[in-house]
Amino acid sequence: MAGKKQKKAKAAEEATAAVVLKEVEYSIIGKPMPRVDAKAKVTGEAKYAADIEVADMLWGAIKRSPYPHARILHIDTSKAERLPGVKGVTTGKDFGGFKWGWSRETRDEEPLATTKVRYLYEGVAAVAAIDEDIAEEACELIEVEYEPLPGVFDPFEAMKEGAPLVHEDRPGNICLEYHWDFGDVEKAFAGSYLVREDNFQTPRMAKGYIEPPAIIAYWPDATHLTVHAAKGSPYFPYRILSNCFNLPLSNVRIIQPFIGSDFGGTKNDMINGDFAAPMLAKKAGKAVKIVYTQFDELTTCLRRHPMWINIKTGVTKDGKLKAIQIKLISDGGAYTRMSPLTHFLAGSGMTLPYNLPNFKTDIYCYFTNNPSSAAMRGHGMYHTRFAGDVQLDIIAEELGIDPVEIRLRNAIKNPKPGQIYETINKVHIATCGIEECIEKAAEAIKWKGRTKGKTIMGSKAYGIGFAAGTFLSGAKLSGHNACAAIVRICEDGSVNLLSGATDVGQGSETVLCAIAAEVLGIELKDIDVKKVDTEFTPVDPGTYGSRVTVLAGEATKNAAEDAKRQLLEFAAQEFGIKPEEIEIKDKKAFAKANPNMSIPWARLVRMACYTTPGMVIIGRGQSSRGVSVKGLTEFTKGEGDFGTNYSFTAQAQEVEVDLETGVVKCTDNSVIAHDCGFPLNPPAVDTQVQGGAYHPGVGAALYCEFKMDKGLTLNPNLVDYKLPRAYEAPMTEVIHVITNDPYGPFGAKEASEGSTCTAPPAVINAIRDATGVWIKDLPATPEKVFWALREKKEKEKK
Amino acid sequence: MKGEPKELKIKVNGKFFELRVRPKALLSDVLRKDLKLTGTKRGCLESTCGVCTVILDGKAVRSCSVLALQANGHEVTTIEGLAEEDKLHPIQEAFIKHGAIECGFCIPGRVMMAKALLDENPNPTREEVRLAMQGILCADSGYVKQIEAVEIAAEKMRGGE
Repeated sequence: MAGKKQKKAKAAEEATAAVVLKEVEYSIIGKPMPRVDAKAKVTGEAKYAADIEVADMLWGAIKRSPYPHARILHIDTSKAERLPGVKGVTTGKDFGGFKWGWSRETRDEEPLATTKVRYLYEGVAAVAAIDEDIAEEACELIEVEYEPLPGVFDPFEAMKEGAPLVHEDRPGNICLEYHWDFGDVEKAFAGSYLVREDNFQTPRMAKGYIEPPAIIAYWPDATHLTVHAAKGSPYFPYRILSNCFNLPLSNVRIIQPFIGSDFGGTKNDMINGDFAAPMLAKKAGKAVKIVYTQFDELTTCLRRHPMWINIKTGVTKDGKLKAIQIKLISDGGAYTRMSPLTHFLAGSGMTLPYNLPNFKTDIYCYFTNNPSSAAMRGHGMYHTRFAGDVQLDIIAEELGIDPVEIRLRNAIKNPKPGQIYETINKVHIATCGIEECIEKAAEAIKWKGRTKGKTIMGSKAYGIGFAAGTFLSGAKLSGHNACAAIVRICEDGSVNLLSGATDVGQGSETVLCAIAAEVLGIELKDIDVKKVDTEFTPVDPGTYGSRVTVLAGEATKNAAEDAKRQLLEFAAQEFGIKPEEIEIKDKKAFAKANPNMSIPWARLVRMACYTTPGMVIIGRGQSSRGVSVKGLTEFTKGEGDFGTNYSFTAQAQEVEVDLETGVVKCTDNSVIAHDCGFPLNPPAVDTQVQGGAYHPGVGAALYCEFKMDKGLTLNPNLVDYKLPRAYEAPMTEVIHVITNDPYGPFGAKEASEGSTCTAPPAVINAIRDATGVWIKDLPATPEKVFWALREKKEKEKK
Repeated sequence: MKGEPKELKIKVNGKFFELRVRPKALLSDVLRKDLKLTGTKRGCLESTCGVCTVILDGKAVRSCSVLALQANGHEVTTIEGLAEEDKLHPIQEAFIKHGAIECGFCIPGRVMMAKALLDENPNPTREEVRLAMQGILCADSGYVKQIEAVEIAAEKMRGGE
C-alpha cells in the first residue's frame, strides 16, 4: 500500500508538473481556482427552481394515467373545479393540437395526452390550487374514462408482426433505423485471423440527479410569459413554449435558477409540468409552481435507452482491428425524443478511439409503452464502447495478447501539429492522447508487475481490468449550435459576463469567468457571470454534448478580446503607441517594450468610459467552430464531425468479488488517465472525472437498472434503484494527459463525459480477471455473478 | 383528512417561532414554506436521498421524515444557521477550498450531516466519515473530495491548521 501511495504522489506530481508548464503562460487558466458559486451553495443561499417563490403563487399538480396504453374517451374536470381552493384546471385540449419534439421531423408528443396515453403515468390533466395538498386532491377528483389497449413493453414484442402500435402512423413500431456501411466488412472478415461475435446488453437507467424537475410560470401581462425552471438548456423551453403559446421569442423569458445536476434528457427537454404550469398560470392569472417528486421523476421522466448489441469483430493475428459490424436494437419508449441523436452517436462513435478500417452497422430503435428514452451522459457512445472494449479483452485473451498491448496496437496516434486524422466515417481529429492515456494508466496501476488472473484471499477474488474510451466535445449537429457571449466593462473596472450557457454543476460559470479574466488581465473576482435570462443573455443551445467549455468558452474568449481591443485602442492614444504594442496583465495596461509606461486597470477603464462621452465598452464574441469545421453531421449517412474535438480516456480498475455471494466492489486501486486537451481548472476536472463520470460509471457497471413489469417501474425510489453512495464510490487517481487541442479555447476539449464510458468495460474486464467469468449484460449484479460462477464451476467439474 | 392546524413552538437557528401547522406537515415543509429557509433542499420526500438533513437537538435527521409537530419544543439547526454573520463554519470553508462542490444540491444536507458527526466525534476515522456520508446521495461531485473536506474541517476544528 505504501508503494501505491508513493506511486500516486509521484503521478500527481508529474500531472502537476505538466500543468505548471502552462502556468508560466497563464495567470489564472490551468491553476486550481475555487468555484465562483461555491459560497452561495454551501450557505444555502443558492436558489434552485423549487426554492423560488412568487407572491400569491399557486401550486400545480398533474393528473396521470393509470394505464400504459389506453385510449382516452372522456375527461370530466367539473368535480375538481368545484373543490374549494382550486383556481384552474387544464387538459390537453387547451393546447389546440400542439405537438412538439426534439426536431421538426419528430414532433409526436402532446403537452398533455388528449386521445391516447402511451406510457404509465403520462399526464392527462393538471390543476392549480392554493396549496399542494388541494392540487393533489383535485387531481383525484378528475374523472377520466379510458379504453385500455394491449401494449408492447420491449423492442422484441414491438417488432413482431401484428404487434399493437404505439403510434398508429408508425408501422412496425419503428422509431428509427440507420444502415451504414464503410469500407468492406465482408472482405475484411474473410481475411481476418480471428472473427468473434458477441452479444451485449445495457439496461434502462435513471439520470441519477437528486434535484427533481420543478417549474414556476407566470404571465406579467397577457402577451409575456416568464418561467423559472430546472433546465440545463433553458433555450429549449424558450423555443418550444414560444411555439406552444404562439408568442414571439421576444416575449418568452426563461430565467435560470441554480441547477441540481443534469445528465441529459429531462432537464434539456420538456415534461408535462413544463407545459401545464404556463397554461394553468394563464388560466388562473397567477403564478403556478409545479415540483415533481422523485417518484414522478423515476416513473415518468427520460431514461437511458436499453440496448441489445450484437458485435462482430475481425482482427489480424497480432490483434489489429480489421472490421467491426454492429447490429443494435433498442427501446425508445413512448415518444421519439432524442433517439435519432442517441443512435447516431452509438453507431458513429464506434470508429474511435481505435483505428478501424471497415465498419458496418444496422440500428433499429422501437417504440414501446415504456417511459421515453433519451440522452444520458456518455450519450449513445457509452453502449457500443462497452460492447467494443469488453470484446477487445475477449479477443486479446483468445490471441494471447496483453489487454494493454492490444489497445496500444490499435490506438489512434496523436496527429502531429497541423495534421488531422480522419476516421473511415469522416470524423476529424486534431489531437488524440489515447496512447498516452493507456500508457500512463497502465504505469500508474503497475500493470506490468501485477499478478495476472485471480488473486484469492479467503472468499474474495481480486482482479484488474482495463478500458479505453472517447467522447465528443462541442456537439455540432445542426445550424443553431453556435454560442455567443457579451463582456460588459463597468466604469469601476468590474465586469459583467453574459453568456447563454448554463452551469448544471460542472463548473462552467467558473471556467467562463476564468477565461474572461485571463484575457482581460484581471482577477477572477472582478468578473460577475450572469445566469441565463433569455430576455438579456445571448441565445445558446444549452448544456449537453459536452459543449459549454469548448463553444461558450470560445465565445467568451472572443468577447473578452473584443472588449480588450477597445481598451487597448484607448490606451494606445494615451501612450502614443499602437494598440498591439500594449498588454494588460495583473490589472495593469503597459507598453510591452517599456513596462514602466503603465496605467492601472481601474483607471484605464474609467478614463475610457468618461473621456469620450457616452462610451460604453461592450465586447461581443461568438464561437466559430460550433457549426462547421468540415461540414455538418449527416445523421442518415453516419458520417461527419459530430464534435468540435474529442476527449480520450483510459481506465484501470481493480475489483473485489465475493466468490460466495457474487457481490462485486470496486476498490480504491483505480486510475483514470484523461485527455481533456488542457484542464482549464484542474481540480474541477478531477471532481468531474471522479464524481461526474467514474462513480456513475461504477453505478452503471454494478447497480443501476430500472426493473420493469409491463410498463410499470418496479423500483421507483433511490434505495431500490441503487446509486453509488460513499461506500460504493471508490477513491480514484486522475491523471491529466495534455494535448492542447487547436479547436478548443486554451487547448481545451470536453472533460469527463468520455470517462463515463470507460468504467463499465473496465469493471467487467476486471471481474473476468478476478474470476474467469464474463458478464455481458449490465449491471453485474450479485445474482448474475453468482450464477455465472456456479455455471463455471459446474463446467469445470465435467 | 388534513386535520386541524395545531400549535408548534420551535427554535430554529437560535430563534423561537410559534406557528400553527397541520398535523401531516413535514418538518422540511415548515422550514421551507413557513420559515422560508429553502437552504434545506426538497429531494425525494421518502428518506432515500438525505439532502433535507438538518440537526434536531444535536442529531442529524432527514427533515422529510420528521413531522413538524414531532419537533414541537425542540431545537433545529439548518444550513442557514451555520455561519456566524459573514464567518463561514470550518466545514463550509473546507468544502469551498477543497473543491468538494459541484451542483451543490446535496451540499446543505451533507454539511449538516458532517457537523452532527464532528460535534459528536471530533476525530473520526475515514470509515466513520464515509459512514456518515453514506446517507446522502451525490449525483456529480463524487464523495472523494467531500470526505476529504470533512477530514480537513475536523482537523481545523480540533485546533490544527
